[in-house]
Parts: sequence; structure tokens; C-alpha cells
Amino acid sequence: MSILKVENVVSGYGSMEVLHDISLEVEEGQIVSVLGPNGAGKTTLLRAIFGVIKPWKGKIFYKGEEISGLSPERIARIGMCYVPQEENIFTSLTVQENLEMGAFIREDDWQPRLEEIYDLFPDLTDRRKSRAGELSGGMRQMLAIGRALMLNPELLLLDEPSTGLAPFLVEGIFDRIKKLNEQGVTVFLVEQNAQALQCSDRAYIMEGGEKKAEGSSRELLEDEEIGRHYLGR
Amino acid sequence: MPELIVYGIVLGSIIALGSVGLTLIWGITDLFNCAHGDQITVGAYIALLFASLFSRIGFLQAKVGPFSFHWGVLLAFIPAILISIGLAILIDRWVYKALRRAGAHFITGFIASIGVAWALRGLIYIIWGADFHFYTTGLRPMLFLPLGIKLRVDEIFIVIVAWAAVAAVYIFMLKTKMGKALRALADNPSLARVSGINTERMLMWAWGIAGVLIAIAGVLYGIETQLRPEMGWIFLLPLFAAVIMGGKGSITGALAGGLVLGIAQQVSTEWLMPTYKPAVAFIIMILVLIFRPKGIFGRRKV
Repeated sequence: MSILKVENVVSGYGSMEVLHDISLEVEEGQIVSVLGPNGAGKTTLLRAIFGVIKPWKGKIFYKGEEISGLSPERIARIGMCYVPQEENIFTSLTVQENLEMGAFIREDDWQPRLEEIYDLFPDLTDRRKSRAGELSGGMRQMLAIGRALMLNPELLLLDEPSTGLAPFLVEGIFDRIKKLNEQGVTVFLVEQNAQALQCSDRAYIMEGGEKKAEGSSRELLEDEEIGRHYLGR
Repeated sequence: MPELIVYGIVLGSIIALGSVGLTLIWGITDLFNCAHGDQITVGAYIALLFASLFSRIGFLQAKVGPFSFHWGVLLAFIPAILISIGLAILIDRWVYKALRRAGAHFITGFIASIGVAWALRGLIYIIWGADFHFYTTGLRPMLFLPLGIKLRVDEIFIVIVAWAAVAAVYIFMLKTKMGKALRALADNPSLARVSGINTERMLMWAWGIAGVLIAIAGVLYGIETQLRPEMGWIFLLPLFAAVIMGGKGSITGALAGGLVLGIAQQVSTEWLMPTYKPAVAFIIMILVLIFRPKGIFGRRKV
């Protein structure tokens, strides 16, 4: 069964339509990515899924249940977490406080989870008490993902996790994402960086708010036209 | 001079207490609440009402230790705080929530809060009239300290309570789950929502905390001077200056700003007429705005 299903979604800001009739599916246990250039509507798609903006038309299902139109506060409680691209940490809070905020709605003991996150991102461990705003770009991204992971999500939405990272860090981030996936987290990410394909099971190509192609990562990687048009080869 | 500095600390402690509430709301809700001063007035008058009710009970008529006020005033803190919390939350529900929903501009909220301020003051005039009121009549015991410092015993109480209240809020914001969530909300509201933090519920907490600080500031200010309908509105001016000096949302900044302003205002009377005190506050504020527009005391939001 697909964990996430987007059906003919149309959305945007004010009167500007950004997403034109987008449909896609994410199978449980996979890493699925959406690739596309700047302005393709990738961020808007994630925001519509997570309820930050409302879909104008179409439906969104999480594990078969319709979630279109729910608020982010509600959606965070059903097992899906979202890491925005920018301003995805609380800069004036400490690293530890950021993670605590990630667990804000948990009523059980989240301390073990906190230690798991520090194990996953050991660099953060020594910086527990540092203000998040003082972290480097790569550490910020890890903290942002760590915050979202505090809720033990089954589905993680990532908006361009490689943004602003030095090339040698990009691989590291995708490695962590893979590792997370191996631990059972389904990942749906949007990226400009075609490297995302390497770690994905399936992918969609988006441009101008429309879906241009879809397939397994291998199919897309082998498709010359897609390579030339969208993946910069 | 040492005497003026001590008076400055007393005045500065009350300013700081008022400013901390104002800066919290500014940081968390993005609203610069011009009704803050008049909410302080309401707090003071509610305490007056209950103090006079309580004073009908025999044993509450006794003075509290060495202080000038009786137990009824001390007990009146409780209803004043509760009603102030309720009022702050209700105003938010009725006025500012609608503006938030409509995505109103910062200035719209600012002006709406001026409207709230006038409405509250009107209410005070209707109920209590324009006369001055006092929590207590009779002698105000004095302390004679070295260096020729004369201090009212009440002022010791004022400073202790003000600092205790500020410290309590600071610790709350720093250590508790709710406090951290409020800071998270002030820092990045959309990420707070994405983390599942219920914004509206948090705003209730913020207004509730502001309500507590407002009531305490009102009663302390009433003990220090006297109650009159304009007290809070006029008091708002140094609060503005202190909050701007401290930087948006900064508790420690507001505390430091309040103290600096209190001391500067009192010390200025060494050379200037006391009527120029507010001008001193504003000259400092303007200098801060010119040279350090984000406040002089750190940018840390706590």
C-alpha cells in the first residue's frame, strides 16, 4: 500500500497557481524523490502535503486516509514529519532544545529517542548546549532532520536537504538519509541536486508546476533525454 | 547622587517588570501592545477593589510587617493577577485573534491595541472616576541608610517582588517545556507549527504570563505612587524605551533597559527638573534606535 498518495492536486499562493494537477505516490519503505529546477513547485508541493498551504483541488491521502486541508499541527501527530528547506531550525534555541521541540507533542519518554538521534548525528552530541544559530550549514541540516525524527515518523518529507552544503557534505547527507531508510523510515524528498537519484528507489521530474516524468531511479538515470533536459548531463 | 541611584533602581525595577511582559508579547505574538500600560492600570484598580473588600475582614486590616499597606492589599494580588490573566486572554481572543486570522499588518495590530488602551481607560474613568486613590493612608515608614539614603520600607518590598517575578518568568522561559515552546514560537512560528506546537494555545500561555506580570506591576506601581486612570498610559512611555533598548523579545534586555532608564531618569534630576524625566528616557531611546536599532543588550531571545 502506498503510504502517501497525492491525487490531482492544484495549489498556490494568493491567486497564483503553482501546482497544476499533480499526482504521485510513495510506497512504504522506499525513498522517493522529486527532481526539478528552481521554481518547479517542489517546495509548494511539500507545503501542500503538510498542510502549510491548502490544496485548492485534489486530494492527499496518508495511509489511505484523506489528510487534505488538515493543519500542520494535526499532520505532525499522524506519523509524518516535514523538514523545510530554509529556516528549518530554531536559531536562538540550543541544539538540545531544538530536538526537545521536535518531541513537543510526545507524551511518552523521548529521552531514548534523543540519544538515538545523537548516535545518528554524532557531530551534534558535542554541541548540545550550543545555540543552533552558531552551527555550520551541514550541522544545521542534520539538526533540522534530527528535530523531525524526534517524533519517530514513518514518513519523512525533506525539502532540498543538500541546499547550501559543500559538495563533500552532500554525499554525507544522502548517506544518512539512506541509513534512516534502512531503519524503516519512508522518505519523500525534493531536490535540485540529481545526486538524490542515486539514493532513491523512484523519482518524479517536475517543472513549471507540472509532472514531467516518473519512474524508477534506474529508468530515469538511463533515459538520455531526461538526463539532458533535467539532470544536467 | 547615591540616593538618586537607589531611587533609580526602585523605579527601574518596576519599569523592568512592566517591560518584560511587553517584550514577551512583542517577541512571541509580534504585537507591540500599546494597551499594556492600561492593563497595568486595570490590574492596580482591581487590586484596589479587592483590597477594600478584604479590609472589611478584621484581621486583614493589620499592616504587613514594617510596610505601609495592610494584609488586604497583599491578598488582593491574587484576584488582581487572576483577573488580569483573564482580561489579557480575552482581549487576545476578541481583538488580536481576528487580526491574526485576517493576516493583518503589524501596524494594524499596533493601532488596534491603542484602541484597546483607550477603551480600558474609559472603563476605569466610568467605574472609579478621575480621582486619585491610595492602597493605604497614613504614614509610610522610612529607612535611613548610610550615605544619606532615605528609602521607604515599601520600596524594599517593591524591588524584591519585581525581581522575583522577573526571575520566575526567566526561569520559566529557560527551563520549562512551555517556556521553550514559547521561545520556539517567537523564533520561528512556521517551524513551531510544523513541529506540532499549537500556536493558539501557546499564545494563551503568553498572554497569561503577561497578565501575571501586568497585575504585579500595577499593584507595585500603585504602592509606589498612587492610583489614577492615566497611570499606566503614562507609564507605557518608559516601558517602550526599555523594551526597545533591550531588543525584541529579550527578557534580560528589558530588565537591563528598565534599570538603565530608571537610574538615568532619577539621576538626571540632579541637574534637570523632575518634569523632564520622561524626556530623558526618550532621548536615550532615540540614541539607541540611531546607533543600535536592534537593541543594545544582545540579540538572544530570552
